[in-house]
This record gives sequence, structure tokens and C-alpha cells, in this order.
Amino acid sequence: MILAQQLLLGLLIGGLYGLAAAGLSLVFGVMRVLNVAHGELIMLGGYGAFWLAALLGVDPFASLALVIPGALLLGAILYWGLFGFVVRAHEETRVKNSLLIGFGLALALHALAVRLWTADERSIPTSYGGAVLSVGELSIPLVRLATLVLALLLIGALQLLLSRWRWGKAIRATAEDWQAALLTGIDIRRAYLLAFALGTALAGAAGTLVTVAYSVSPSIGLEWTLKALIVVVLAGLGSMMGTFVGGLVLGLAEAASAATFGGPYREIVGLVIFVVVLTVRPRGLFGR
Amino acid sequence: MTSGGHERRWAAAILAALALLALLPLAAPRDDVLNFVFLILLAITLAESWNIVAGYAGQVNLGHAAFFGLGALVTRTLWTDGIPVLLAMAAGAATAMLFALVIGVAAFRLRGAYFAIGTLALGEILRTTVGNVLPQISTLPAATIASYRLTQRYYLALGLAAVSVIAVTALATSRLGLGMRAIREDEEAAEASGVGALSLKLTALALSTALAGLAGGLFAYYHISYYPSHPFGPQWTFDALQGPVLGAVLYVVLKEYLALHWVDIHLLIFGALFVAIVLLLPGGLVQATERARAVLGGSRRAA
Repeated sequence: MILAQQLLLGLLIGGLYGLAAAGLSLVFGVMRVLNVAHGELIMLGGYGAFWLAALLGVDPFASLALVIPGALLLGAILYWGLFGFVVRAHEETRVKNSLLIGFGLALALHALAVRLWTADERSIPTSYGGAVLSVGELSIPLVRLATLVLALLLIGALQLLLSRWRWGKAIRATAEDWQAALLTGIDIRRAYLLAFALGTALAGAAGTLVTVAYSVSPSIGLEWTLKALIVVVLAGLGSMMGTFVGGLVLGLAEAASAATFGGPYREIVGLVIFVVVLTVRPRGLFGR
Repeated sequence: MTSGGHERRWAAAILAALALLALLPLAAPRDDVLNFVFLILLAITLAESWNIVAGYAGQVNLGHAAFFGLGALVTRTLWTDGIPVLLAMAAGAATAMLFALVIGVAAFRLRGAYFAIGTLALGEILRTTVGNVLPQISTLPAATIASYRLTQRYYLALGLAAVSVIAVTALATSRLGLGMRAIREDEEAAEASGVGALSLKLTALALSTALAGLAGGLFAYYHISYYPSHPFGPQWTFDALQGPVLGAVLYVVLKEYLALHWVDIHLLIFGALFVAIVLLLPGGLVQATERARAVLGGSRRAA
């Protein structure tokens, strides 16, 4: 029964792993630029929700309506100011310099967050925070269940956007083959900009949900970048729902690993997944 | 990339400077001076070792701290158990290299960012796990502290920095280094002309991570007390990758200066400065000075 409870909690956090990875996967798939500061964007989203709750008393779930547009704007600014320059470079320079820029950005944002919000761990207390749904002997924290459902809805919305919206199709075409997309008259710069802004918006939403269900501190960035990267490797590029499922798998695997080897070793499973997937199926479970 | 002769001249200048530094403990036997130069030497070793994989094999290692940390962990454990420190450092370097090869064989088969992801994952997962399993601070026993000699550590650091400069120069001017540069420029063309890309990348990685492991061992030998997870922290990777971009010496001097004067925001300034330099001078300071010299030399010739 304890094992079932642990696996359940793993599944619940796995939804957020999937959401965190979806934004990264979108940017990586379209721009071939790996933003290693993705976790720091998640962290900023979390502090956005924290500020809205602490200063204006906005309910953390309602704050998504403000955090997502704010993150979209931040993503556009980061694209114009930083990543838009590297995407023009040829492949090797692009990969290398985008990694270096992301790493520098991650350090700077971490230092900025410590300066603005101190290094303390913050959470958002709500009246419904302790509510639990009991199913048999399992107890399901309602807030965490809500974050899982919202993560699924957001990824579904993204999937819909990419398949139905005119610019969504342009983004997918650019991911598929940017030269062919350019030849058919697609403004690939705008596709890049939209992909990066959407990826940042997903990071902001993920950060809000992480802060509601768990907590936020300036140092969570790298940890979330890492979870997202492992899910991207596990799921592969090209399927948003696949990424969500990949997140759930990582959450379950971590819980199983913690239950088997003890809590201190729960992170090791991510590294094992990384090496095994790249060796056995480098395209990832759902990659095309 | 520059010619072999150019590389050798650079290396000769650096080695001459290191030889002069060998006299420093006699000329200025002050702990603060020796500690400061020690940090510069450690940064040089890390930067040179990181650059073997990034500069010659064209792969960005974002988890250099993992290999530094593994070297530190193994060295500290064996050394405090009574094994001679040089032997312990060798074991640390071997452990770092072994882990690197496991990650490398998986990630190098793919192009682009997978190696960066794998090394970043290795670094962070080890940092978290070591922090979980060994939460206690590691302090040297009182007897060791009583017999602690800073000059020993200083000379070891000097030697290691010299070894890494020599190793990188020897590599740059060798057949092996030529092959690595060929992969960096165009992997398919290199493979077609008989260069085994995977084995060369793995060789570069083995050399790079062994040096990083030795640097970690030096850290474990130098520091009296630290948390075992500390050497796995991403700031060590940042220390390493600043080198080729900013120059290790300039980096340490600037960092110490900023850390003294702007304690809480020095990393913010540093991160921003680093991003700006990558954007403005994509090839780093060395390439920028070379380009400037080429422009100046060209105009002189024209005049």
C-alpha cells in the first residue's frame, strides 16, 4: 500500500515533468536550440505566481491567466535579445553558443532571483491546500491532482494549436525542414519567435503549478531543466502527448527507484534512462 | 584554428609564466597570495581540460563539474583512508574517465546537443545524490591539519596546470589533434577520409576528464573542509567554460574582484557579461584578438 501511494505521488509530479518538458521540446524541436535556462524560466513563473499571491492576493490557479501572457512576452524578449542571434548561425556554432548563452543566462537569473526573493523556499498557502481525496487506502492531494489535470489540458491545448492554427502549422513545417518551409513562403523567423514564446509560456505555467503544489526557490532551475531534458530524451521530439506520457514515466520511475533503493538514490534513475534510451532507441519512445 | 607554430608559441609563453610562478613561494611567502594564485592555476587546468573536448572535438560538456567532483570524492575518500595522495588522485582521475566513457559512448553516437544533455545530467544527478548520501561536511583530521603545508598544494597545482598546457599543446600539434579538428569542421568529410570520429571523440573525452579528475583530486587535497557535493556544483563547469571565452586568468581576477566588491550580485554581473561576450564575440577573446591583429597586420601591409 505504501508502494502504491508512492507511485501515485510519482505519477502526480510526473504530469509537471511532462509540462516542463513540453516547452523545452517545442523550442528544441523547432529551433534546434537547447535552452538550458528552461528551468530558470520555470522558476521565474513560480515567483510570478508567488508575487501575485503575496502582493495582490490572487489565487494561484487564477494567476495562470496573468503568468502565461507575461511569460509569452518574456519569451519574445529573450528571443529578440538573445536566442534570435544564435539561430542564424550554422549548426555547430548554433548548438554550442546557444548552450553557452543558456548556461550564462541560468546563472544570471539564479543570482537575480536570490537578490529579489532571497534564497528561502516559498510556497503559496491556500484555504484548500490540505484537501485530500481518499480512494480506498490511497489519499490523493487535491491540489496535486489539479496540477496534473491542468498540465494535461495545457499540453492538449498546445497540440491543438500546433495542428489547427495557421501559425501552428508553420511552426511544425519549420521544425520538419526549415529550408523547405522557407521556400514555401513561411516566415521562419516568426515561427521561431512564436515557438520560443510558446515554450516560455509553458515554462511559466509549469512554474506556477510547481509553486502551488510544492514550492519554489531560486535553485530549482537546474533540477527542472534536468527533469525536462531527461523527458525529452525519453519521449523523443515531435509528439506533445508523447512528452506528457514521458513525464509520467519519469515520475513513476523515480518513485519506484526511491521505494527500491531508498530516497537518497531517487535521481539516479534519470541518468540510467538517459544512457539506456540513447543506446537502445536514440529517437526516444515516441520520436519520429 | 591557428597553425601548430602559433600554438607552440602561446604554450611556451604560458609555461615561462608558470616557471616564474615557481619562484613565488620564495619571493612572497604569503598565504593570501599563494591561495589566489592557486585558484588561477586550478581555473587554468579546468579551462584547458574542458577545451580539449569543446575546442578540438566540437562538443560542449556542460557537466565538467561531474568529473571534477568524482575526482575530488574518490581522492578525498582514499587519501583520508591512508592511501598516498598521488595514488588517490590517479584513482580519482580513472573514475572520472570511466564515467565519461559510459556517457560518451551513448551520447556521441548522436549529433548536436545530446552530449551536453548527458554531461549536464551526470553532473546534477551526482551532485544531488552525493548531497543526499553524504550530507555531512568533510573535514580533514586534526593531525593532517597540523601538518598542512600550503606550498605543497601550490606546487602540485603549478605542476598540474603545466601538464594540462603541455597536453593540450601536444594534442593541438599532433595527428590526433588534426583528426579532432577535422571532425569538428565536418564530421562526414573526416569519416570519408578515414578519420574514426567516435574513437577520436572518446580519446579527447578521456584526456579531458582525466585532467578534470586530477583537478578535483587537487581540490580535495587542498580544501580543509567542504561539503562532498560542493565540487559537483555547476559553478565549476562555469569556471571551466569561462576559460576559452574570457581567459582563465582574467576570469579569476575579475571574479575575485567582483566577489569582494559586489558580494551578492557578482554572479549576476558575471552571467550577463558572459552572455554578452558569447553574443558579441562568438569565438571568444583569443579569436577576437587574433582577428584584430589580422586586421591591423593587413592594414600595415597595405600601407
